[in-house]
Amino acid sequence: MKKLLSILLVLCLLIGAVTLHAGAAQRELDVYNWGEYLPDGTDGFKDINEIFTKETGIKLNYTTYQSNEEMYTKISGGGVSYDVVVPSDYMISKMIENDMLEKINTDNIPNYKNVSEDFKHLEYDPNDEYSVPYTGGTVGIIYNKKLIQPDTDLNTWDVLWDDTYKGQILMFANSRDAFACAFSKLGYSLNTTDEKEWIEAADELRKQRPLVQSYVQDQIMDKMIAGEAALAPYYAGDAITCMDENPDLDFIIPENSVFNRFVDAMCIMKDSPHQREAEEYINFILRPDIGAELTNYLHYTTVNKASFELLSEEEQNNPIAYPSAEILKNAEVFVNLPPEIDELQKDLWTSIRADSTGSIWSIVFVIAGFALLWAVIAFYNRVIKRKKFK
Amino acid sequence: MRKHSKNKKKYLSAIYILWMLVFTIIPLGLVVYFSLTTIDGKFTFENLKNIGEYTPVFLSSIKLSAISTALCLLLGYPFAYIISKVKASKQVIFMIFIMLPMWINFLLRTYAWMTLLENNGIINRLLSFIGIGPVHMINTQGAVVLGMVYNFLPYMIIPIFNVMTKIDKSYIEAAQDLGANNRRVMTRIIFPLSMPGVVSGITMVFVPAVSTFIISTMLGGGSNMMIGDLIELQFLGGSYDPNLGSALSLVLMVLILISMGIMNEFDSGEEDVLAV
Repeated sequence: MKKLLSILLVLCLLIGAVTLHAGAAQRELDVYNWGEYLPDGTDGFKDINEIFTKETGIKLNYTTYQSNEEMYTKISGGGVSYDVVVPSDYMISKMIENDMLEKINTDNIPNYKNVSEDFKHLEYDPNDEYSVPYTGGTVGIIYNKKLIQPDTDLNTWDVLWDDTYKGQILMFANSRDAFACAFSKLGYSLNTTDEKEWIEAADELRKQRPLVQSYVQDQIMDKMIAGEAALAPYYAGDAITCMDENPDLDFIIPENSVFNRFVDAMCIMKDSPHQREAEEYINFILRPDIGAELTNYLHYTTVNKASFELLSEEEQNNPIAYPSAEILKNAEVFVNLPPEIDELQKDLWTSIRADSTGSIWSIVFVIAGFALLWAVIAFYNRVIKRKKFK
Repeated sequence: MRKHSKNKKKYLSAIYILWMLVFTIIPLGLVVYFSLTTIDGKFTFENLKNIGEYTPVFLSSIKLSAISTALCLLLGYPFAYIISKVKASKQVIFMIFIMLPMWINFLLRTYAWMTLLENNGIINRLLSFIGIGPVHMINTQGAVVLGMVYNFLPYMIIPIFNVMTKIDKSYIEAAQDLGANNRRVMTRIIFPLSMPGVVSGITMVFVPAVSTFIISTMLGGGSNMMIGDLIELQFLGGSYDPNLGSALSLVLMVLILISMGIMNEFDSGEEDVLAV
């Protein structure tokens, strides 16, 4: 019996080794991208990853994240390995600084010639050594015409602090975007390194908290389409998607104040074992037809001038996706913040989100109170009750 | 032979000890380590000091989960009593109905409540049909309590039911023979004897409720942050600070430990009844 078992075990191991070996021949690629950021075959769009696998035979492991911070935490925590990631501007410069990205050889990416000049030589990666643009966009305010009072001035970021809309305002759950709204309101640079200005912005956000229905990210789309909220800061591309679903919605970038223009770009992780596959994937995304499919699905600003030509006239002339130079002159791209400001931002954000009016003594009192209650009950049980029964 | 089996037991327990060491003791040690160090690994009390600021969050979490636990007990106890009285064949059906929602993903169940409670949600649309204006339900503390009661009620019913089915019928008969009416049987015999079930039910509802994070995010909106959300914010949210996050969980752990200590004081049911 025992012999039989050991033979069986050896067989299993052998089979395992053989299949493992066969698996090594299969080319693979791990891609880590934003959620709902690539057509996946639903709503009449093509499944881009499936096409890629079909054409190249490379097996894709595709996972998604909700925020740059989530992505960064996962990667810097170790234990995971990705080849291609799609961080935003400021996160790219942070990852470059921390030596997490591999230089990209654009000679191996023939479609790199399609990248529009507008998306080259941006502050986060001045020489375009580490990143290849994926999409871009702006941040403005999405609102529901039916829920807005006629006398409300929407052409200002102050509207997100208007208490007529208490409980009807959605706010970004991601700290950098949320702070940017406050800076837009105050008229400070989004990349300020002045601690006083950060604290002032935090005060604004703290004032806003009672008015905020909830702090969300991707859910802004569902909630705005369902008419659950009147106002929210939002990304231009996603706003167009919302407006297609609910005609009561509209989008505005308040004039005369600074606002955020963002770029998400594809990067290859340092020491990625699948360099060649990663380059092939980036090249594939930059192909004119694939880029056009991506833009038709996302409605974000395309970074691909060859794809732009393939878009419908309606999409090409959409002022939300392609704002005029007049509006764009106030735009600012995020850059990475120095570590001490980054720390300050995190601390401020926690204290904004949570009710932080307690003190060190209040928590001591709470714990002591609990312990006292326990002691009283234990005393009653052990001493007084026993006596009574006797 | 005997010695051999004894050794076997030793080996078996070694596996569990190893398991506990790797997945309980070491992580706990790490939580303590992180909460007492800075991001660079230097020793500090700063994290624990900063926790004080968030006392209101602790208090509101404890309040909301205590209310939910009390509601679960009020709803669950009579229900457990009723099922324990029906025929065994029917008990199975009742139990399936209690367990059925638990087969659906926790996140999905909460998400469903969100769409039900929203201002333009299903309940409000039905209400507007019969002419009642939209009732504001979502993003309130009530919605959070509802979500917790809905999700954790089975954990209250099952332990109470289990204990009740095991109560020796002869105690009840004896009480009745001695002239106790139904109310007296309930308060003096059944309730004290079911106390162990009640205590484990309360523990099984209160502990997950106080540390839950997704229910309050989905149903509570921006101003009803619970301690679980605050901890999540330190790890996956915008303010990455595992040291503060660990310190928060450490304090939460101490509070839960004390709460369980308090609950265990009530867990002397059988002795008391039989001592009388």
